Amino acid sequence: MKNDNSDRKMDEKKFRRVNRRELLKLTPALVLGAFAIPGLQESLLKTGLGFSDWASARLFRRGHLATTFDDAEVAPFDKFPINGYDVDDPGVDLENWTLTVGGEVQTPGEYKLSQVQALPLVRQNTRHICVEGWDVIGRFGGARLSDFFKLVGADTTARFITVKCADDYYESLDMATALHPQTLLCYEMYDQPLTRAHGAPLRLQIPTKVGYKQAKYLTELKVTNVLDKVGYWEDQGYSWFYGL
Amino acid sequence: MSDAVIEIIRPAEKKIDGEEETPVVVARAVYEHPFIVRLCHWVNTVALFVMVGSGLQIFRAFPSFGAKIPQKDLLHWPRAFAIGGWLGGALQWHLTFMWIYMGTGVLYLGYQIFSGNYRQVLFMPRDIPGVWPMVKHYFFFGEKPLAREAYNPLQKHAYTTAIILGALSVLTGLAVWKPVQFSWLAWMMGGFHWARIWHFGVMWAILFFVLGHLVMVVLHGWNNFMSMLTGWKKDPEY
Repeated sequence: MKNDNSDRKMDEKKFRRVNRRELLKLTPALVLGAFAIPGLQESLLKTGLGFSDWASARLFRRGHLATTFDDAEVAPFDKFPINGYDVDDPGVDLENWTLTVGGEVQTPGEYKLSQVQALPLVRQNTRHICVEGWDVIGRFGGARLSDFFKLVGADTTARFITVKCADDYYESLDMATALHPQTLLCYEMYDQPLTRAHGAPLRLQIPTKVGYKQAKYLTELKVTNVLDKVGYWEDQGYSWFYGL
Repeated sequence: MSDAVIEIIRPAEKKIDGEEETPVVVARAVYEHPFIVRLCHWVNTVALFVMVGSGLQIFRAFPSFGAKIPQKDLLHWPRAFAIGGWLGGALQWHLTFMWIYMGTGVLYLGYQIFSGNYRQVLFMPRDIPGVWPMVKHYFFFGEKPLAREAYNPLQKHAYTTAIILGALSVLTGLAVWKPVQFSWLAWMMGGFHWARIWHFGVMWAILFFVLGHLVMVVLHGWNNFMSMLTGWKKDPEY
């Protein structure tokens, strides 16, 4: 190998010039330094997170179901973590509770739990994944949100669902996820009425979303094309779509 | 081109009496690293740094691989050696730089395959006989085998492994990020729970490679280091 190219020679000065030029060609990589500039960092990361959310929405498949599990694989009820952003029991008056439905629906108003329970009951053993990284397989029961949409005459061409909760938590969902067959208005866990700590009387249960999207203690549900409020954790900087 | 050794010459000066001296060969050099490879190397260096730092901050939110109840922490990683400050901040870094990390990976692999430059790094069956002599040299004071090309068999093995680990870091990461949409990936790894363990393990394997890589860079000196910046390696061993 050594003498194969002995005829190729390069002037010392030219060699230095060539080296300098090759080094300068790498300067575009320095744009990454923008992430170190405090004024730019926040908006760059927000853009990155937004791009990930955009990609997540593209990756979401309406008919693709989350894995369901045998009863034997379900964690015991007392091993199912209780996670809230504030209190475990916001003191909901379960007797007089109603869900306020509004926005792009034909019959807005107050809906009783019995009206949700009159819809077909779906029970599913699915994996609950927390943004923190832990996961647990639980058993959930409730009505499909898409069935509830038929009841209230929701305009399913609208873009978003927003919910408000008794503990002042708030969340929003994309319509595609809301219409997913495993997305439930959940009023049961382990075939028992939802306990207060788990979000009684009604919560969202969405196996295709991370935990914080699955709001508890629902009080208000709105179908809308405009997101006036995005979500409690999203406002702290978490991803909005966070589809699994 | 990449293996072409050239001679660097100092041109002859014209003497007063008109006689010319013959040019002096001052060094030899070889163009080892094409531009795309160098660009990907340095951008990926930054991306990997951010991915590991933010990944460890994400891990801090639940530093365990067991159940949440009861939670048994595996290790308490110090905040000072993590990026993002808190879980949400770290996720922003992680979900932003993963595109840069994957982008350099795809660009690098595409370039290597289509340019044929992959032959420089890909560990092939013919490299197997050369592994033991290199191990003897590095670890047991054996004689240094003759260098014939940019990378010796052991280096090729290390770099090929690193590329595979890079691909695995992406695949395990996708399984953690999208265990429902990429359920087949998560299934291959034993489910979401295991995908998270694999993702963590692959990170440590990559860090182990980086450590060895940095030791070798220091041992091989300045000309070798500069070759990853300018492409040209002065006074190669072959």
